[in-house]
Amino acid sequence: MGNVVVRDYMIPANDFTVAGEASSSVRKILTQLGVTPHAVKRTSIAMYEAEINAVIHGHGGKAHVEIDENKIFIQISDEGPGIADLELAMQEGYSTAPDSIREMGFGAGMGLSNIKKHSDLLKIDTEINRGTTVNITVFFNK
Amino acid sequence: MTVGELAEKLGLEIMSCGSRALNTAVTGVYSCDLISHAMAKLNPGNVWITVHTNLNVAAVASLAEASCVLVPENIEISGQTLERAEEKEVIFLSGGKSAARFCYEILSLLESPS
Repeated sequence: MGNVVVRDYMIPANDFTVAGEASSSVRKILTQLGVTPHAVKRTSIAMYEAEINAVIHGHGGKAHVEIDENKIFIQISDEGPGIADLELAMQEGYSTAPDSIREMGFGAGMGLSNIKKHSDLLKIDTEINRGTTVNITVFFNK
Repeated sequence: MTVGELAEKLGLEIMSCGSRALNTAVTGVYSCDLISHAMAKLNPGNVWITVHTNLNVAAVASLAEASCVLVPENIEISGQTLERAEEKEVIFLSGGKSAARFCYEILSLLESPS
């Protein structure tokens, strides 16, 4: 039975000065643990997109991360507006991001599809006016 | 080729983290202004060419392990972004030509037998 590394992060709302800090911290931990660069990259992409979604759409939120020798589990939860049509939101190119966000280069409508593409397990729980929880698992040996 | 050599050959100004330029290798170039595309497609060591100069560019370049960010057309980079770049150890380069021109020149340098 190996050790499990557990980390929790706050994700502030609409604060782009710290957006990506949680993902950045996790990337460092994985690198230090000797996880393969491929798995580090997949994790970074999936977690960054989920983190940015919480910043842009979810009024901020929190990230809970569990790392063992085989995988990383990331749970990003917010108490934002929820996703009205999850199937539509999963489609590449669909975005509800406002112009102010698009001007920074976000809002391509690739967030959720990038998460799906770069994770091994993805479960999204969302409820209108209650919030969204994104559960991501990346296996290191894939 | 290192970032420092690239900057010298193309006449680029090193805007942040100059101390890393001489030992950071350039593996390729990727040009895109959509953050999600860059995040997913940048390979470690790539030069990332983008017209964006907001704080997120430094975060994404660091996460994606880009060798540097090259801002074309002499677009101004704010002090706040350069401060973040120093913290994240991200090299920002600045130059006057277009992104397309820089892609051509970087690929020519990388592909030329030397």
